[in-house]
Amino acid sequence: MTDVHTNSHTNSAGIAIEVKGLSKSFSGRPVVRDLSMQVRRGSIYGFLGPNGSGKTTTIRMLCGLLTPDSGEGTCLGYDIRRDADKIKRKVGYMTQRFSLYQDLSVRENLEFVARLYGLPNAVAAAREMIARIGLKGREEQLAGNLSGGWKQRLALGACTLPNPQLLLLDEPTAGVDPKARRDFWNEIHALAADGLTVLVSTHYMDEAERCHEIAYIAYGNLLAHGTVDEVIAHSALSTYTVTGDLNGLSNELTSKPGIDMVAPFGTSLHVSGRDKAALEATIAPYRSNPRWHFEESEPSLEDVFIDLMNRSKDNFQ
Amino acid sequence: MSATDTIPNSEAREPRFGFWRRSYAMLVKEFIQLRRDRVSFAMIIMLPVMQLTLFGYAINTTPRNLPTAVLMQEDSDLGRSILKAMENTAYFRFTREVHTVEEFDNLLQSGKVLFGVEIPRGFERAVRRGDKPALLVAADATDPVAAGSALSALGPLVQTALDHDLHTGDPPSMPFEIRTHARYNPAAESRLNIVPGLVGTILTMTMLIFTALSVTREIERGTMESLLSMPIKPVEVMFGKIIPYVLVGFIQATLIIGIGVLLFGVPILGSLTLLALLTTLFITTNLSIGYTFSTIVQNQLQAMQLSMMFFLPSILLSGFMFPFMGMPVWAQYIGEGLPLTHYVRIVRAIMLKGAVVQNLQYDTLALIALMLFAMTIAVTRFRRTLD
Repeated sequence: MTDVHTNSHTNSAGIAIEVKGLSKSFSGRPVVRDLSMQVRRGSIYGFLGPNGSGKTTTIRMLCGLLTPDSGEGTCLGYDIRRDADKIKRKVGYMTQRFSLYQDLSVRENLEFVARLYGLPNAVAAAREMIARIGLKGREEQLAGNLSGGWKQRLALGACTLPNPQLLLLDEPTAGVDPKARRDFWNEIHALAADGLTVLVSTHYMDEAERCHEIAYIAYGNLLAHGTVDEVIAHSALSTYTVTGDLNGLSNELTSKPGIDMVAPFGTSLHVSGRDKAALEATIAPYRSNPRWHFEESEPSLEDVFIDLMNRSKDNFQ
Repeated sequence: MSATDTIPNSEAREPRFGFWRRSYAMLVKEFIQLRRDRVSFAMIIMLPVMQLTLFGYAINTTPRNLPTAVLMQEDSDLGRSILKAMENTAYFRFTREVHTVEEFDNLLQSGKVLFGVEIPRGFERAVRRGDKPALLVAADATDPVAAGSALSALGPLVQTALDHDLHTGDPPSMPFEIRTHARYNPAAESRLNIVPGLVGTILTMTMLIFTALSVTREIERGTMESLLSMPIKPVEVMFGKIIPYVLVGFIQATLIIGIGVLLFGVPILGSLTLLALLTTLFITTNLSIGYTFSTIVQNQLQAMQLSMMFFLPSILLSGFMFPFMGMPVWAQYIGEGLPLTHYVRIVRAIMLKGAVVQNLQYDTLALIALMLFAMTIAVTRFRRTLD
């Protein structure tokens, strides 16, 4: 397991989430294994990993929707096992699947949430949120009739409405167009600047790079965490970018010793290996061939993650 | 590959037996889904078997051993012979002996007995003198079926009693008469009995369905995940889901009772306020039970099936359709566990007998108990997590 430690951990007052040894199985099948993590207050923490890696389960354990089989921890200083009710008051959870009422209008959904949290003036709070998320003019539209991007804005609006201290966003941008995604991330950064802590799960590498810190989870195990640079630096992956006549080269290199991963990126090819010497020995004959141009480069975050995933597959499956 | 040969002619043509193939595909899929839903599958078997055996044994349209009160104004051999003869018909079972007319009336009004026999003071002497005195048999005729066959058995009874005690040798002249008094529904009109009962039956059906789907709908639509992540407690969810339908049920009840009064001429002899209050209690009890169902089942189909399973005994074992007193004791116990049983008694008593709250204490308390029982189960069954 690659363990990248962030250099400065302030006192516990600056910690939004701290969990140790969280595990959860469903009917005997482990989904999260011995997961420990720490999220600083006011940070945007990216939660990455392949489908079925336990991201949603972890998020649900953090907000009291699932009880961990073992492990312990705190969320905003409250015990995740005992104080679920207190956590719920201060956490906004945006589910992966749209889970507001499809047969209620935008305004009615927001007023429902505002009333449920006991906001002093639910109608005014909903009206302000409609303006903030740019849904003015669509207040009376049924939530079920909104497009994907608008649904996502509404869902974010609903979970930020009660002024939470922590947002848990489960793949909030899945199936949303690039413009809406960018707007969404600008909003997330604005919220974090106001002191909100955000834990967001995603599959998108560009989104991971927008996070202050990231964690990579696969098959229920936390494989790496830290800033993007730290995770890349710690991967110990050597990468060469190849340009030139790439026809057939990918297949030729894939099974060679020292090469752990070959991935096409547009007109170039990323060739990576954990053992730099073995990698260089293998590519040496190709490097001297003028058909190709090899250049040592930094692995992309995607390279690192796919490598982590391949390695964890060897370990756990 | 060129664009022209990507779609060969044979592929564009309709496959052979296309209709049957596609229907078959659908059929296979439905069977798989049906098999996955174990609970529904079990209910498909259990529902008919249970209901058939239950009702086959429980229902009896010529009820016997009906509870009867006796008011003995004199203790005489003749009186005892008459009572014995009545008991021998197997229709009457003497459960209470009272000493005042007031007690006698009360028992009938509260539905604790279906009949009352009064042997007047000086009865035997009057018979011997040839005064042809009258012996009173009062019947609660709100349910004409229950009372009818028992009353018709009284005719030959005089003769039987006489054979025992009076050897007059002059049978055709009756030395006394049995005066039957069909109370509350003297004309034995079944609509007077059916319409109040229907109020309860219709309310049971509609109220149960309203809430039986409420929690499963949240789960099936995915809104439960969001709801559970917010600071709301199970009791709060329950009240929020039940209270709107109390109002709906109240409007419905007003409508049914209104039609009953206006169209069918059913009287409301008792207090309208009391009727409204106890109807609201009954509505709430049914909503609570429906809500409890929705916390137990996994999908909407199961919710419907469970409601059906509850609704059928409610109709058949509550005394709405068949005389309650005519059922075997075990079936009566089941009946006591159904809110409709208590409400049918309440609504008939208030509308037809002019009953007051003192007559209805037991049934009111039973409804409250059933409501609290259902609510307790619902709140404890409500899963606060997605585990």
